[in-house]
Amino acid sequence: MSGNTVTRADLAEAVFRKVGLSRSESASLVEMVIEEICNAIVRGESVKLSSFATFQVRDKTERVGRNPKTGEEVPISPRRVMTFKASNVLKQKVLDAHRDRLGPLDETRAAE
Amino acid sequence: MIKSELVQIVGARNPHLYHRDVENIVNAILDEISDALAEGNRVELRGFGAFSVKNRPSRSGRNPRTGETVFVDEKWVPFFKTGKELRERLNPDQRVE
Repeated sequence: MSGNTVTRADLAEAVFRKVGLSRSESASLVEMVIEEICNAIVRGESVKLSSFATFQVRDKTERVGRNPKTGEEVPISPRRVMTFKASNVLKQKVLDAHRDRLGPLDETRAAE
Repeated sequence: MIKSELVQIVGARNPHLYHRDVENIVNAILDEISDALAEGNRVELRGFGAFSVKNRPSRSGRNPRTGETVFVDEKWVPFFKTGKELRERLNPDQRVE
């Protein structure tokens, strides 16, 4: 895996390149888009971005957990968590790209 | 919220932009994330979370109906880990580790 990390700056660069706004406006729009997605999630709404993914908020009830180091039982308080479900389009795209690049399964990679 | 509603909300904050532009902006962002994942890269967005690709090694599975053993090929799946700030915003009354 190439292992590069893409950040806000790269997204802003893509907006600058594809839409043709100034660099600073591109950066502020990237920020607003992320912010509005987060705001909707915090409001408890599910966010469905077709051909990309769905973000959903789920309520977890209290359950008993265990400190793996000490074995001690501790209650895990009820909480809200977010789930991410990639769309079939995105899943297929990621899978196809990896298969194309890495080829079919072979013993060298299977042994890793 | 669906994509067109996101476009509308961002558009309302930017009355000087055409609706079409805002649509292109949202798509450019999502496409850039998708392309990065296809290339096997990570996308880290502080305050929101991090997108990455996880490898699921091949395994021998079982058809639950017939009990027949089937080979399941290795695959790569998109993964998202919620960022600390968003986790805290979802649970304002507690400290989340």
